[in-house]
Amino acid sequence: MMEDLLTHAPALLLAIPLLGAFLTPLIDRVNKKARSAWVILILVVTQFIMMALAWDVFTQGAHLYTMGAGDPTSTIPAQAAVPVRIVLQVDGMSAFMGLISCTVSLAAAIYSLAFMDRESGKGRFFTLLLLMTVGMLGMEFTGDMFNLFVFLEVLSIASAGLIAFRVYKGDAIEGAFKYIVISTLGALMVLFSVGLFYGQYNLLNIAALANVLEYTFLDKLALGLLIAAFAMKCGAVPMHMWTPDAYTVAPASITAMLVAASQASLYALFRVCFTLYGVTLNLTTVGIIIIALGLLSMFVGVTMAIPQKDIKRLMSYHAISQTGYMLLGVGVGLYLLSKAEFDTYGLRAMEGGIFHIINHALYKGLLFLTAGAIFYKVGTRNLEKMGGLAHSMKYTAIFFIIGALAIAGIPPLNGFASKLLIYESAYQVSPILSIVAMLVSILTLASFVKVFHSAFMGPRLDISDNREVPKSMLAGMAILAVGIILFGLFPDWVVSHLVHPAAQALADQAGYIGSVGGV
Amino acid sequence: MVFEALETTGGYWSPVVWIIAFVVAALVAYILWGMGNRQRKDGEQGTPFLSGHPGPSKEEAHVRAGNIYWGFTEALSGYYRWMKKIHTGIVNDYVLWFIGMAALFFVLIIGLEVIA
Repeated sequence: MMEDLLTHAPALLLAIPLLGAFLTPLIDRVNKKARSAWVILILVVTQFIMMALAWDVFTQGAHLYTMGAGDPTSTIPAQAAVPVRIVLQVDGMSAFMGLISCTVSLAAAIYSLAFMDRESGKGRFFTLLLLMTVGMLGMEFTGDMFNLFVFLEVLSIASAGLIAFRVYKGDAIEGAFKYIVISTLGALMVLFSVGLFYGQYNLLNIAALANVLEYTFLDKLALGLLIAAFAMKCGAVPMHMWTPDAYTVAPASITAMLVAASQASLYALFRVCFTLYGVTLNLTTVGIIIIALGLLSMFVGVTMAIPQKDIKRLMSYHAISQTGYMLLGVGVGLYLLSKAEFDTYGLRAMEGGIFHIINHALYKGLLFLTAGAIFYKVGTRNLEKMGGLAHSMKYTAIFFIIGALAIAGIPPLNGFASKLLIYESAYQVSPILSIVAMLVSILTLASFVKVFHSAFMGPRLDISDNREVPKSMLAGMAILAVGIILFGLFPDWVVSHLVHPAAQALADQAGYIGSVGGV
Repeated sequence: MVFEALETTGGYWSPVVWIIAFVVAALVAYILWGMGNRQRKDGEQGTPFLSGHPGPSKEEAHVRAGNIYWGFTEALSGYYRWMKKIHTGIVNDYVLWFIGMAALFFVLIIGLEVIA
């Protein structure tokens, strides 16, 4: 039973939330409570299967799943010489990202139960939320470039629908419009790149393509387009401008999901650089491009956050800034990939960057949920109109402190461990990189001190309802806060059991190619 | 073991050691604080002295978000003016930045290799 479940897990992880999404509107028409229970059940089952699959991948190795094949592990049909069917390939990196997506989706859904209680159309809301989960998992599991594009589109369209969910607010429509325009352009670039690969090699499978890629002029053109598209989707400066517009206006639980969605694009960027192109590309040039994007994102993100008065806009700029750390860590790894130093500190830098991905999903998700809790209570995102909330929202204040200290890299929380790995490894390439990264951490702390002072400190606000937010919202925040504390207290366990296998899988292009038999 | 220290490039990181050090430092600080002069918090000693004036109420004295780090943003006003200029909020500009960066990546990928 368990063996069968694990064999089919990659497909089930897409099929279950997809089925959940399509049935949600029907159940919603029958009973609202049943609909909420159904959505949570689907996400709990998805989380369970994801954890089982991840454990199996980390201990036994990558999983392959060929859609439509009698034997799902057989990637190449008898009549063909190359993989022509849809292949899902879940290695350490994919499993790592899948865990993030499932956990954030579950926390966001639980939080939404009470957070969205004043809104109508929740059947559609949860349908789109489940479709976002499908989009993220699909991007992370797919083994071919065309389906990467398909799942990117599923994710973008569902995200745009949810950003615009509060249709009665003009800025929600505007944010969603900007998001869908820029996302569609990015998706077109990805599709164009897929066309360039298919035209040259008659292949769409990533492993098969990586095996024959010659790094022609057209391949370089495709690389430029893919880097631009995925860097834009993950919010790298200077293509970040849609991020604060969309993150700010989306419901808070969806903003936490958008953080995980951006990380799925970050994953796609890393997958393209390390697995599709790997050692064939000019690692120095592309490594420097990724590092430069990281530095720019860190610095511009945090400096733009400091003067913001809208709590969610401020946090959105911090999301950009934190993405910079991930780009820096993994960029240093890419820069050193074919050099002797890769084994000494290149892999450590990658581990730092990848560890930061999961840390960021946890603490940024938590911070956005606390911002949502404040909005739920006060009805405004304007920090100028807040104050004294710690009197009535004690648990939210504690969750905010945990998130703020973690994002600022204060020990012993999780942000410190991943930043330390990045600082020390990036220092070996250039001390400037570490100095900028540390400066950004200091400014991040300063920025969150401002938020804490403005929102939680000072005299009690004159609001009619002085109680804490509902329990399901607290539960959503608690899931992420517990993760932050545990990852902070046991960083070695997390790095050796989750992060190291992910970093090794990402760096091991030959292993990825070799696991698709016959390529 | 779950409590093992995390090896980094230049050393190691152990949250357990840090927590023990923090607790010891907090205890020392608490003991030193306890040895100090006990002041009364009510009456004249508990209120700020503003040359005999009563001072603003707590509501008025609470520094609002827009005023925090005013000095920082003022010192970097040139940088912020430039930043505001490029953050127009117009989607056409977002698209321009995006396409411009895609072109730049392509030029860098091709151009730097030619130079190399």
